[in-house]
Amino acid sequence: MKLDARVPAGPMAEKWTRHRTEMKLVSPANKRKFKVIVVGSGLAGGSAAASLSELGYQVHCFTFHDTPRRAHSVAAQGGINAAKNYPNDGDSVHRLFYDTVKGGDFRSREANVHRLSEVSAAIIDQCVAQGVPFSREYGGLLANRSFGGAQVSRTFYCRGQTGQQLLLGCYAGLNKQIAAGGVKMHTRRELLDVVIQDGVARGIIVRDLVTGAVERHAAHAVVLATGGYSNVFYLSTNAMGCNATAIWRAHKRGAGFANPCYTQIHPTCIPQSGDHQSKLTLMSESLRNDGRVWVPKQKGDKRPPAQIPEGERDYYLERKYPSFGNLAPRDISSRAAKEACDDGRGVGPGGRGVYLDFAAAIQRLGRPAIVERYGNLFDMYERITGENAYQVPMRIYPAPHYTMGGLWVDYDLMSNVPGLFVIGEANFSDHGANRLGASALMQGLADGYFVLPYTIGAYLAGSKLGEVKGDEQPFTDAQKEVEARAAKLLGVGGKRPAAAFHRELGRLMWERCGMARNDAGLKQTIEEVRGLRERFWQDVKVPGGANGLNPALEEAGRVADFIELAELMCRDALQREESCGGHFREEYQTPDGEAKRDDERFCHASVWEWKGEGEPQALHQEPLSFEVVALSTRSYK
Amino acid sequence: MSGTMNLKLRVWRQPSAGQPGAFRDYEAKDVSPDESFLEMFDRLNERLIEQGEEPIAFEHDCREGICGACSMVIDGIPHGPERATTTCQLFMRHFRDGQTVVVEPWRAAAFPVLKDLVCDRGSFDRILQAGGFVSVATGNAPDANSVPIGKEAADAAMDAAQCIGCGACVAACKNASAMLFVAAKVSHLALLPQGQPERARRALGMVKAMDREGFGACTNYGECEAACPKSISVSYIARLNREYLRAQVTPTV
Ligand SMILES: Cc1cc2nc3c(=O)[nH]c(=O)nc-3n(C[C@H](O)[C@H](O)[C@H](O)COP(=O)(O)OP(=O)(O)OC[C@H]3O[C@@H](n4cnc5c(N)ncnc54)[C@H](O)[C@@H]3O)c2cc1C
Ligand code: FES
Repeated sequence: MKLDARVPAGPMAEKWTRHRTEMKLVSPANKRKFKVIVVGSGLAGGSAAASLSELGYQVHCFTFHDTPRRAHSVAAQGGINAAKNYPNDGDSVHRLFYDTVKGGDFRSREANVHRLSEVSAAIIDQCVAQGVPFSREYGGLLANRSFGGAQVSRTFYCRGQTGQQLLLGCYAGLNKQIAAGGVKMHTRRELLDVVIQDGVARGIIVRDLVTGAVERHAAHAVVLATGGYSNVFYLSTNAMGCNATAIWRAHKRGAGFANPCYTQIHPTCIPQSGDHQSKLTLMSESLRNDGRVWVPKQKGDKRPPAQIPEGERDYYLERKYPSFGNLAPRDISSRAAKEACDDGRGVGPGGRGVYLDFAAAIQRLGRPAIVERYGNLFDMYERITGENAYQVPMRIYPAPHYTMGGLWVDYDLMSNVPGLFVIGEANFSDHGANRLGASALMQGLADGYFVLPYTIGAYLAGSKLGEVKGDEQPFTDAQKEVEARAAKLLGVGGKRPAAAFHRELGRLMWERCGMARNDAGLKQTIEEVRGLRERFWQDVKVPGGANGLNPALEEAGRVADFIELAELMCRDALQREESCGGHFREEYQTPDGEAKRDDERFCHASVWEWKGEGEPQALHQEPLSFEVVALSTRSYK
Repeated sequence: MSGTMNLKLRVWRQPSAGQPGAFRDYEAKDVSPDESFLEMFDRLNERLIEQGEEPIAFEHDCREGICGACSMVIDGIPHGPERATTTCQLFMRHFRDGQTVVVEPWRAAAFPVLKDLVCDRGSFDRILQAGGFVSVATGNAPDANSVPIGKEAADAAMDAAQCIGCGACVAACKNASAMLFVAAKVSHLALLPQGQPERARRALGMVKAMDREGFGACTNYGECEAACPKSISVSYIARLNREYLRAQVTPTV
């Protein structure tokens, strides 16, 4: 496998501008001759599809949802970062770049991160022009707040529904292009394979989820914008439909999978309430702006929170990380919560929870200010737990939330398979080993609005691509494989629903490939996941048929892919003998329990190459170099 | 929390769009009050699968009340008895042991049932394609703070923009009218300076599309606001009516 990041030469701050001015262009008249497939219509895919169509390409956009507006991006609450420096508090492109590289624990590609910071400001301009109703100050200008891992206020937000409003803006752009005939939208289609012809990505195989028909679609380039794979843990903050299937199928067709073990466990989620639980709900990190995190100092203290005097509370984030306090980055905050609970000081059912307390903020700012800032989050909390967080502190616990790993891409966001581009959470590019809050929305829209529309043009202009109709052998073969797999799933004739296997997988992964990992645990989990996979194919029960709407069949296919991915995640975590960002190996920590990186051995992205069914993937490396932000130990103390 | 409950469910089953449907009875056993309505369905479905039966198809995704996918009519009320709550955010602590609960899909000519509790809401997309946007191509935008927008206008726009596109308003309306849905989008953009250039075209285009899709007329029952999980106010319908009238008298140049 050849991994060439193709980072342009020149000083960091000039790379993107120079690259853009030097890259090949497709002339306006020729653009309409090119057909581009975009899979996914969340922030990344939706923005890319609309922008490509505005440029004149023929765009075909696919989603398994019934409408683009339901993409999981809709659930993002807290906000989106941009280096606007509107509050005049010292922000700049360089500072956002620096924070993101440092936040990612020096495991991202500097040049990509710099570009992300450069285009961030234009995203806000674009969204405002679309009519996205960002929160504003009385003077009519945009409001900002701060987020974890940053000491400036650079986060733009729409109350607690930022992702929804950004997605609706992007969906409106898509609707405009659908109406204009530039985008053909294919809803309720699930991608089940990527078709490679002569070494180049030329199409996809999808299943029409309503009729069950398996369809072939050919194009000049394929863009995957299918989101993250946190649902490998079964319980996560992701929507139920979030899946790894698209990127896993692409991986099996040759696309390198980078850093699969880099997963983010979000510190502020509502704790699990019982075995019936189907997903976990995030309480936006923005709450940490005003909420204070604490546990009782004494182990097993069962008193209600109001009866625990100040002196007997441990505000452990403020104590351990005085300069960032409650706004310490996610990986650090999550681990600190786990430590407190492991130490027997957790609160709520099973002792798996810590308090997030607003009493001080309500006293300081008044209840109306808190209602204004977080009202919908408090409502949601009450709906789910039956508790009123204006009166008693919220209980929170970490939960799987975001996957920094994903398909490997070069500077142009193209995978190692020519013609296969990957954007948004589905790629591995910008966040290294830990993502800072409010940076995923930024990355998705940066990729879709301002990066891919350029880079895909350079690819198309520079490649000699013959016509492909969809009746060629690779299409026929891929379609047959997809149909055979559905038949196989339906034919196992076992007894257990796919969800039961998924739950089992989730428990294994959460225990041993979650917030803390170690050699023995990972080795054991690899064996257990293999066993689970065998049992799945012997005992899964998928009722119904392949023709027509069959949610059980869809679910089983996704679970089968998660099981395979889980094994790779464990192998990746096992080989990375260091701790960095969200990847915490218990053997590699400082005496006071902080992550210990090993830059000598692991300053690289780990990229896995598929070697065929039953064969272990091969490991490759993309070395990372830090030219601008000097490699240093992260400190938030 | 108190103990578990047993409920009787009468659920609409329909194999596909063209085939007739009927209610079937199921038992939901050992339901925890902390369980969500959809989690109760998950567990029922797992039991059905174990028995070799086809599970009940229903739509859902985020389970946080924001994606607009979930869509069950529960005891005659879209999204069930709790106000300002989507089906996925309805928790079983609001039900009683032994209760019978009737569950149906959205019913409207413009939302044909595809299977069981799943219906096709593509008509909403087509309405939005008829003008629910600002025509600004990527890269064209002025600096975000170049046009100040009063907080009141921004807040009112946000109140309308919160619509999750679930269709409960249509399902609740005797006439299956989509006025609240259309009003929310038209108002959101009419309240902002960015929405002004296409304001008249948008109102006319979206209302026309709404009629074309076969939604009914609004006769001011107000059931839509009561069913709306985001409590979007019917006052936006009055605004839509004004926008529509204004558009009819606005010269195009
Ligand atoms: C609860 C929550 C809150 C968050 N809050 C924030 C925040 O405040 N700020 C921030 O920056 N980030 C936040 N994030 C992260 C951020 O929302 C996501 O990383 C981002 O929205 C992902 O966008 P995307 O376009 O890459 O993918 P998605 O929005 O997940 O879109 C994926 C698309 O791909 C389609 N798709 C997937 N698989 C297939 C398939 N096999 N076939 C066909 N189509 C497929 C889906 O239908 C969908 O259209 C949050 C995440 C969660 C879970
Ligand atoms: S599942 Fe998303 S709103 Fe209910």
